[in-house]
Amino acid sequence: MAFKMTNKDYDKLVKKASPNSKLLLDTSLAFVTGGSICVIGQLLLNLYLKLNIDKETASNLTSVSMIFIGAFLTALNVYGDIARFGGAGTLVPITGFANSVVSSAMEFKSEGFIMGLGTKIFIIAGPVVVYAVISGVVCGILKYIMLIFGG
Amino acid sequence: MQKKLGRQTVKFESPTKIIGAFSSVGTKEAQGPLGEYFDKRFSDDKMNQSSFEKAESELLKTTVLGAISKAQLRFDDIDYIFSGDLLNQCISTTFAIKDFGIPFFGIFGACSTMCEGLSLGSMAIDGGFAKNVIAVTSSHFCSAERQFRFPLEYGGARTPTAQWTVTGSGAVILSGKGDGPSVTHITTGKIVDMGIKDANNMGAAMAPAAADVIKTHLLETDRSPSYYDLIVTGDLGKVGMDINKELLKKHSIDIANNYSDCGDMIFDADKQNTKSGGSGCGCCGSVFCGYFMKQLKEKKLNRILLVATGALMSTTSSGQGLTIPGIAHAVAIENTGG
Repeated sequence: MAFKMTNKDYDKLVKKASPNSKLLLDTSLAFVTGGSICVIGQLLLNLYLKLNIDKETASNLTSVSMIFIGAFLTALNVYGDIARFGGAGTLVPITGFANSVVSSAMEFKSEGFIMGLGTKIFIIAGPVVVYAVISGVVCGILKYIMLIFGG
Repeated sequence: MQKKLGRQTVKFESPTKIIGAFSSVGTKEAQGPLGEYFDKRFSDDKMNQSSFEKAESELLKTTVLGAISKAQLRFDDIDYIFSGDLLNQCISTTFAIKDFGIPFFGIFGACSTMCEGLSLGSMAIDGGFAKNVIAVTSSHFCSAERQFRFPLEYGGARTPTAQWTVTGSGAVILSGKGDGPSVTHITTGKIVDMGIKDANNMGAAMAPAAADVIKTHLLETDRSPSYYDLIVTGDLGKVGMDINKELLKKHSIDIANNYSDCGDMIFDADKQNTKSGGSGCGCCGSVFCGYFMKQLKEKKLNRILLVATGALMSTTSSGQGLTIPGIAHAVAIENTGG
């Protein structure tokens, strides 16, 4: 060993030397940013309802609009800037999902539309999709069982 | 005849001069505190190319051509080129130099490549195997992000210990004769792994290797830290610098008064949001070739110990939860007058 020091002791030294994230500031910014995105969503929903669109269609339209806005801002290279400010606040809403898909698509276009964009478009969103589908299936089965016994 | 001092250090008997150096950087580096010192400042980070990988090649190519013309040599005068970069299979290098017709040794030492090339090149010169040699390296923020992290437009936050890959390249021409500072000693580092796994804290992963090679160099050359005007590490960043100083202090080596880090110098961390500092092969490469070579030439500094530091992991090893082995190579560069 190069230094008279165990890895554990070194880890302590590293922790002491490494600044932590500013938790209060980061979470506050995330709350405000994420909240603002949700407020925009709510305003859109209210607008669609005012236009006499039925409730289900209106909420679908809201999701679609938010995804479009997220994707569009990503393409304009603006979403990353908002994310640097808002942290997890931009990650959690549906716009974050749009950002992860569109940014991957833009990034890997240089390896071609099939092997680049096509294979790598879900490189970040992939796990979300996979486990969302799996948990959907599990919940569906549970509901089915409960209906048999409870029904 | 014995040129080795101890286990890791080589002392050069014939002068190995750095007769030319050239640095190229991208936009963010040009806007940083050292901006004015770089020889070529690109105004577009794509360097008019269709991909970021091609852009990095263009960066390296520009730097090699710049260094050769500064030394007033032709391709035929160069016996060997030692070059490497961060991209898989060192493609920035190979596509940049494929048409030059210079015998080529591809090297990989992650961000320690600048000093690895300087070391091997100096040995080739001192051994009488070459008259002129080029050592060069590069890194590009965008191509490195693509390979190691997330897509560029992805909205992810960086932790305070994270570093920012430098878009830059540095090349030196080493020669057995001519004017310029001399490479007098090299100390080749051993891999040191203290169990760090956090790829967002590379400074901590590399600091033990840097401290180890500095300690060994001073011991084997029988020099004290104050012999050097400056001890310069490659890309430890703020966090790694503190750890390096702390580790050396445990061995009663105090470098607090004459210590800098290229990664800490190249950006203004607060204004440029680069957290712990710059990193990448091009960090040490461009700062040494751009800033320090000019300081040496103007005799503002006369003796420096350049210690480039590298993190030897890949996306596969990180994905499998392995640690990050560190490496560092020390090169003593001095104005010897002769």
